[in-house]
Amino acid sequence: MHKEFLMGNEAIALGALAAGVNLVSGYPGTPSTEVLETIAKRNPGNVYVEWSINEKAGMEVAAGAAYTGARALVTMKQVGLNVASDPLMSLEYIGVKGGMVVLVADDPGPISSQTEQDTRTFGMFSKVPVFDPASVAEAYEMIQEAFDFSEKYGTPVFFRATTRVDHGYEAVEVKDPAEYYVNKPEGFVKDPSRWVIFPRLSVKNHALIEKRNAQLKDILSDYPRNQILKEAEPAGCRKGIATHGVNFMYTLDSLHGRDARVMRVATPFPFPEKLALDFLEGLDEVLCVEELDPVIERALTFICGKFGLKVRIRGKLTGDIPPSGENSMEIVGNALTQFLGETAGNGAQSEGGNVLPQPPALPVRPPVLCAGCPHRASFYAVKAAMRGKKTIYCGDIGCYTLGNAAPLDMCDTCLCMGAGIGIAQGVGHIEPDTKCFAFVGDSTFFASGITETINAFYNQADMTLVVLDNSTTAMTGHQPHPGTGRTVMGQIVEKVSIEKVLRAIGLKVVETVDPLDYALSVETVKRVADEPGVKAIIFRSPCIAISKPKGHSRVDPDKCIACGKCIRELGCPALILGEDGKKAKIDTSMCTGCTLCEQLCPVKAISGGNKNDTAIPGEDLQKGGRHE
Amino acid sequence: MSKNIILCGVGGQGTILASRLIATAAMDRKIPIKTAETIGMAQRGGSVFSHLRLGDGTNSPLIGKGEVDLIIGFEPGETVRQLPFLKKGGAVVVSSRPVMPVSAMIGQSNYDADAMIEYLKAHVERLTIVDADKAAKELGSAKVLNVVLLGAALRSGELGLSEEDLENAVRERVPEKFLELNKKALSWCMEVKNAN
Repeated sequence: MHKEFLMGNEAIALGALAAGVNLVSGYPGTPSTEVLETIAKRNPGNVYVEWSINEKAGMEVAAGAAYTGARALVTMKQVGLNVASDPLMSLEYIGVKGGMVVLVADDPGPISSQTEQDTRTFGMFSKVPVFDPASVAEAYEMIQEAFDFSEKYGTPVFFRATTRVDHGYEAVEVKDPAEYYVNKPEGFVKDPSRWVIFPRLSVKNHALIEKRNAQLKDILSDYPRNQILKEAEPAGCRKGIATHGVNFMYTLDSLHGRDARVMRVATPFPFPEKLALDFLEGLDEVLCVEELDPVIERALTFICGKFGLKVRIRGKLTGDIPPSGENSMEIVGNALTQFLGETAGNGAQSEGGNVLPQPPALPVRPPVLCAGCPHRASFYAVKAAMRGKKTIYCGDIGCYTLGNAAPLDMCDTCLCMGAGIGIAQGVGHIEPDTKCFAFVGDSTFFASGITETINAFYNQADMTLVVLDNSTTAMTGHQPHPGTGRTVMGQIVEKVSIEKVLRAIGLKVVETVDPLDYALSVETVKRVADEPGVKAIIFRSPCIAISKPKGHSRVDPDKCIACGKCIRELGCPALILGEDGKKAKIDTSMCTGCTLCEQLCPVKAISGGNKNDTAIPGEDLQKGGRHE
Repeated sequence: MSKNIILCGVGGQGTILASRLIATAAMDRKIPIKTAETIGMAQRGGSVFSHLRLGDGTNSPLIGKGEVDLIIGFEPGETVRQLPFLKKGGAVVVSSRPVMPVSAMIGQSNYDADAMIEYLKAHVERLTIVDADKAAKELGSAKVLNVVLLGAALRSGELGLSEEDLENAVRERVPEKFLELNKKALSWCMEVKNAN
């Protein structure tokens, strides 16, 4: 054993390694990404790790491994679970042989997601047991228990952490590699009555799952992490707090000596009913301190009805806890004060923050495309080429969603991974006079853009597919994907060519262009957008975070006429106003020398940049050439 | 000893490394530490913060309002944003250099950084303003602002760590070729004349 200062996701990864995980798959997504990255980094050498092209593929790869008796982990964020839900819903009916943990990182807030869905609710829906860790150190232990549990009961299990656990840091006592459990898979044993899902098998297994989950309620009531804190409870205590995850920590820190019985639910599904009955005994009122869905609140309300208990259950459904959003120390502290009053043992905290007058208007900082980001150039070129035309720009999930911000304003819709292509198609079928564009990133194209492109092509859509290929999965921290030619295990492999995929589908017009060549880009967009049917432009230029800048652009103040065009139209964070407050200036600490502003300046007052000509070494970039 | 610290700034300014340096120093001293960081979309020029809790007796990684001993602000406006977390009598170290948001550059919002500094002067007794431009000029790099601010934070006495602790952490975490620069940056604010 030794101590390490670990991010929650690192602790989860080391816990999985300590549990003898044999295979790990996943798709990147905040706040889950570092789990798989840490497995790859700390791999003792015997673990197969892959970034799958999407969560569905990852889920299936992990299931296959678990069928052989291997221990498998698949990682994703909560919206990724939607993609993986098809195999998972059926997998629960089939079950697993080796332990299989489905790590889903939920994002209350949401800080970096489209939805605030709660995987605890997904557990109930899919009948998959859920583990909900409360701290970084606990997550390390708990994931090992989750593997044992999964194997013992032959079911995949959810390991559902939230941002404050995933991205929290703590010093954790961890095992040395020599202490890791070694799992030797037995291998796949053929048995159609077990592994082939037919309605007859589903009927039989559904009954077995319901029976097992009913038994698990009792078994999990004895799981030590499902616990009631009674030590501090005074005689005659009539009020209880039921909580979970990091909210358990907020609750402990906010009690400040006030009297209440506290129950922490570590396995929200199957719900530890016996433990809950023990908790409710003698109480008048319970406050459920929860984040996202009122899972515990509903379960306790149900138990009170089932057993005829006269305990008032409060929480989100009664308006005592906010129905959505991330909880904070203030939200929990205020809710506890409302519920328990100020009558504290050693003084409830009441001073609160500094009482301050209203500050001046705070800076508004929505996230923006980085200085030098090639996506800015791509968006700007399409915008310039389509000026005056009736258009729709369907965006997608990735850095390029940030193209929505002013002044680019180039993202009219954004729904989920790959959806922009289908939406552009749908709009086009109803509004044939609209020029429909779908923007998709390279990783997103592989994740879920290919089937949508086939759908659009085969069903005679009229639209332009724009692939923004920056040769990495940028938003989540530069994971490899099939277009990059390398794997997370360090192998150099054959790349999957986006051009070839598009041509194989049947697209007649597929053009690749460097977006940092402004005139050529505009000309290409104008020409391609007028072609009939589904056609594609691939804007290829590497993410600035994976390429070295060769110089910085500078504004010559003698030439600058202070027209403001560069600042106003590009919205590049490196373009600022100079000391006189009128002329443009370039913040060289941010500028990558992409030269877009140089090409745009009407009086050629900006120079000195040096964009990478061949975007990616070894890539056969043909400028504006037709690839058919 | 227990200390609650917030580091705040704009994505890309190096708050995470600064947070890691404090954590490393605390670990080396066997002081329990928990942190919570902003990671993800906000790193693209958005507001970012780290909560650090040194010492025993806490469970939550997030700090409540009015419980912070020290705010290390990488940017004036972001520091004002976090001020409600500061406890009465707490200390603030702030870089004077604003990061203008794109929304302000294109005229869609207003940002008056001088007003932020004035507001901090009016409402924080224990305030250290670090002249980031001067530091960058004298040190020859704007990239070590995070370490300059840590040096100023040491001087506030609310970091709960010594200069030696941080020097060791820098040695552990910073590549060899940048070591001298970072050591200079760390001591840049130790002299009173470089901060007010």
